[in-house]
Amino acid sequence: MPTEKLNKVDKDFKNISPRKRKFQGFLKNSFALSAAVIIIILYILSIFAPFIAPYESTEVFKKHFYHPPTKIHFTDEDGLSAPYIYKTEAVGWGEYKVDQSQKYYLNFFSRGSEYSLLGLFSSDIHLFQTEGDIPIFLLGSDSFGRDIFTRILFGGRVSLFIGFVAIIITTIIGVIVGSISGYYGGWIDNLIMRVVEVIMSIPSFYLLLALAAVLPLDLSSAFRFFLIVSILAFQGWAGMARVIRGMVLSVKQEDYVAAAKALGSGDRRIIFKHILPYTTTYIIIRATVAIPGYIIMESGLSFIGLGIQEPSASWGNMLSAAQNVSKISSFPWLLLPGFFIFITVLSYNILGDGLRDALDPK
Amino acid sequence: MRNYILRRIIITIPLLFVISIMSFFIMQLSPGSYLDQIKMNPDISPELIETMEEDFGLDKSVPVQYLYWLKELLQGNLGESFTYRIPVAEIIGSRLLNTFILSAAAMIIAWGISIPVGVYSATHHYSILDNIFTTFSFIGLSIPNFFFALLLLFLIVRLNIPLPISGMTSIMYDYMTPVEKVIDIAKHLIVPAVVLGTASTASLMRQMRGQMLDVINQDYIRTARAKGLKERKVIYKHALKNALNPMITIFGFQLSSLFSGAALTEIVTGWPGLGNMMLTAVRSKDLYLAMAGMMMGSLMLIIGNLAADIMLALNDPRISYD
Repeated sequence: MPTEKLNKVDKDFKNISPRKRKFQGFLKNSFALSAAVIIIILYILSIFAPFIAPYESTEVFKKHFYHPPTKIHFTDEDGLSAPYIYKTEAVGWGEYKVDQSQKYYLNFFSRGSEYSLLGLFSSDIHLFQTEGDIPIFLLGSDSFGRDIFTRILFGGRVSLFIGFVAIIITTIIGVIVGSISGYYGGWIDNLIMRVVEVIMSIPSFYLLLALAAVLPLDLSSAFRFFLIVSILAFQGWAGMARVIRGMVLSVKQEDYVAAAKALGSGDRRIIFKHILPYTTTYIIIRATVAIPGYIIMESGLSFIGLGIQEPSASWGNMLSAAQNVSKISSFPWLLLPGFFIFITVLSYNILGDGLRDALDPK
Repeated sequence: MRNYILRRIIITIPLLFVISIMSFFIMQLSPGSYLDQIKMNPDISPELIETMEEDFGLDKSVPVQYLYWLKELLQGNLGESFTYRIPVAEIIGSRLLNTFILSAAAMIIAWGISIPVGVYSATHHYSILDNIFTTFSFIGLSIPNFFFALLLLFLIVRLNIPLPISGMTSIMYDYMTPVEKVIDIAKHLIVPAVVLGTASTASLMRQMRGQMLDVINQDYIRTARAKGLKERKVIYKHALKNALNPMITIFGFQLSSLFSGAALTEIVTGWPGLGNMMLTAVRSKDLYLAMAGMMMGSLMLIIGNLAADIMLALNDPRISYD
């Protein structure tokens, strides 16, 4: 595409004083760095969800549906105090009264429900629990009385890792197919490029819709996760393959490739050792830029009920509880999963931008 | 040029053919058919189901069904919707128009904002306003459409803004005068158009800023300044014109991607467009309706890409297709 060529001549940094330039560079780097830190924190939070969350993702508090975020008090009559909460009681539909007669303190690193972490070891220690089994909803509860904070942490496991897994599969397929197509040329190239064209000519969301509707509803959630990843990858590899093909086509003409050929290297060695390393920068940037797209697509699919199914949590299907306007206005905390999607995507975009500047200073 | 366009159009035919085969088989992969759902309804007699089966060739194997569908399509018949029991063509026409209205409104918003903002950002780059715009564009790029729509709806309800929150027309629409009808639709259009427009504004703004920066640093701009031209003339006559060139390609790609991108926004705001229709069709296994939506969407995408290439060639004499 000619636009890309024109884009490469980025002269942003011309005409500014060196000091200012340095400052801008630093600012941009620190942005990218903090974005990376936020992403890492989100991943850690979701990996250690069973430990950090006070409950299991499907634990239901029937009497506490649509409970507003629990207020945690840090001060009492004598000034600072250990954090405590008050008990609440339902007085109407989704309305709660605070009973201030007794304080319930938070217990840190206390025992609760049993869980196994990463399938490696099991434990029953949670970051925090409340005294006397008073339910605590840091970010409110949903229509079934499930803790939204807990479900956001568990939902992050789906929403955060789906993008990650999908991009790995997409990249592998795209790179292999693209380099075969570019390197061998001829009818293979022709065939592959026609397939790419077909996939790229179907509006991506329509294709996702049709594919997701194929999935039966009674699948286990792990299998469904895998199938949704496959759908995203099926739709995504084409664009990657096309660009890799173009790059391979141009590198193929270089002298060092001819030299490798003259030395008797096999095709596979030439592709993997001599041609593909040239595309690494592009692949890294592209992957970082593509992950948020997958996260949005997954949450979109789950949002309209075709992605991850209840009772498993994903940020998208949690948001579908907020589809009803009267509900969001009375229980605005239902919108919170959306902010997590937003923060994740924003961080990835900033990181991708920073990476592009750092790796591809053209 | 004419040969090029002709060739591109001819390529479209086998492309659509393959797309139709692929979509048809994907749809048939889904468990259960629409008939299964009807069969569970005790109000519908088995005879009716049988005639429906025959009418739509649903008792045949999938490849035969496809051939039936293709034959009808070539005769200009898109089939009948299982759910609505009216010809698909009738539904698709109005849905397509609605999506067009929405996309056009979103585009007007996006281009209207992003071109001047992009030019300003480029000519004042690293100024406070430029930084603010850049921040906004990052936010706009990162906020998922459907979440943004939900946020807007939330604000409308909370702040009691007198805007409708769903659909395209009010209940009283049929009794309105033509002028009122237009106003009514425009009111309903605001939320989905703003949502859809914001996303593209964000990316367009960044593109425009980048293009403009590239151009401003070119030698001929320095020459223009050295000639003593007014800065205004340098920017708007010499720089802007060249910076807009690549934007034209983006315009074409936007044409096509808006269909895809509009789907979720349509669904959240209840706008009766093509994307909303696709969701209903796919969910209720309304095969012919879904097929028509798929083909229409693909056709629009192909036309959009072609339009982008042609516009670019017309605008930039350095590009020639042979």
